[in-house]
Amino acid sequence: MLTQQIVNGLALGAIYALIALGYTLVYGILAMINFAHSEVLMLGSFAALGLAAFAPAAFGTGPLALAGLFAAGMLAAGALNAFIERFAYRPLRAVSRLAPLISAIGVSIILQNAVFLWVSDQSVAFPQPIAIRQIPLFGGAQISSLQAVTLAAALILMALLHFVVEKTRIGKAMRACADDLEAAGLMGVDADVVIAATFFIGGALGGAAGVLYSMSYGSTKYNLGFLPGAKAFTAAVLGGIGNVRGAVLGGFILGFLEVLAAGYIPNGAQWRDVIAFSVLILVLLVRPSGLLGEKLAEKV
Amino acid sequence: MSGGAMLSLDGVHAVYGRKIRALRGVSLEVRAGEVVALIGNNGAGKTTLMKTIAGLLAPEKGRVTFQGRALSGLPPHEVMRMGLSLVPEGRRIFPRLTVMENLEMGAYSRAHGAELAREYEHVFTLFPVLGRRRAQLGGTLSGGEQQMLAMGRALMAAPKLLMLDEPSMGLAPVVVDKIFEIIARINQEGVTVLLVEQNARRALKAAARAYVLETGEIVSAGDSASLLRDPAVQKAYLGL
Repeated sequence: MLTQQIVNGLALGAIYALIALGYTLVYGILAMINFAHSEVLMLGSFAALGLAAFAPAAFGTGPLALAGLFAAGMLAAGALNAFIERFAYRPLRAVSRLAPLISAIGVSIILQNAVFLWVSDQSVAFPQPIAIRQIPLFGGAQISSLQAVTLAAALILMALLHFVVEKTRIGKAMRACADDLEAAGLMGVDADVVIAATFFIGGALGGAAGVLYSMSYGSTKYNLGFLPGAKAFTAAVLGGIGNVRGAVLGGFILGFLEVLAAGYIPNGAQWRDVIAFSVLILVLLVRPSGLLGEKLAEKV
Repeated sequence: MSGGAMLSLDGVHAVYGRKIRALRGVSLEVRAGEVVALIGNNGAGKTTLMKTIAGLLAPEKGRVTFQGRALSGLPPHEVMRMGLSLVPEGRRIFPRLTVMENLEMGAYSRAHGAELAREYEHVFTLFPVLGRRRAQLGGTLSGGEQQMLAMGRALMAAPKLLMLDEPSMGLAPVVVDKIFEIIARINQEGVTVLLVEQNARRALKAAARAYVLETGEIVSAGDSASLLRDPAVQKAYLGL
């Protein structure tokens, strides 16, 4: 029973973690919450759906179809996020802290309504490129092929992100900007380029999460991003917003909390969000900067 | 103004924050190969002046020219690529990057190659402690080591003009000696230096020429030896 809950928690947490990374990467550099991130992941799933509709013959089942969905969802979401940054946030960056946040809320509402009005106000079936079957694990637990794909994709993307952030030129520039944006400029770093790259990467991870989330429900909808977006934002805060490892940790913790609440508490399935968020509030009362967050005073 | 000026400021006005007029018509020049000091009290506008030259602040009026090209209005990353590096006040190293990564950021604008490898060696020769601490996070270094890292990081770009804002701030006298020794050595190796200091005596000893900045205006200028003998300078900045 517990093994099964761990499997379920991992699969759910992996999706939250991917989304949470998008919030935390942006916050790390700009100290800004990208409230449009949940719509970016929603549009990532619609872009994947659009590709599948455009080339239905190629979208039976199989790894190629799966890769196609990911590529479409990630590229579209990454490009959209960078586009939003360029036109809705960058012009306001020097003005005030609050203006980009309001702009982000505006973008979020516009994108949701655009899909609602122009695409569909209903759930739309999402392609299912992998044959659903249960794979037995030790201890009587089993993992569905979908959960396995979710976990594998999330782990690969996280490893890739780790490599980019730690080892590459752009990744080092991202970390330098997160430490001190002005000093990075003095080193010859064009902050606009680094910020655009950060939004692209964060958006692409969100796009992947949008595809995985839609696949697990078999459908997508104009407000698909809202709930996982809010939860992933919570996860990012729980782990310590601005901290990459914290976002992953927070995502998995939130996934486990929900699954365990649903599995072990009477009527838990209905109470899972209440329980998960109560734990979040308790953690923040004890550690206001999150589990792995630094004290705010350190970043003067 | 002589034709040999590497950096020249002509009637530069700048506003700091919303309203504070920090610079009121500053003109000065730095010739290739010189060490020039800028002294003045806290709040005189020294840091604003450095930030304006480096492109972190746009001048409200006036011209900043570096090697014959106008800098005014260029963003910091473009100013820097012209060969003008600022070691900012408070050092501003990257605390969560290792010493090595801090130096790599210093070389961000340059292509990899043999020349760059020699630059690392050069920095480690100037500051052996950085070589020993290369895997350590910048934030874990002592104040003196952080100042050395900030200077080493700026040198990685092989600047033609190195601007240092309060390099001695908060450091023990023995460390200050070391920092000024390095400044002299860097200058001998051909780097022009513009030095901002509250420690006027140290600055005037290190520099051949100096400017005195008071409430945003240059009130005095000349070679360091005569400024050291100037009664007004002695009274205001040397505590005599």
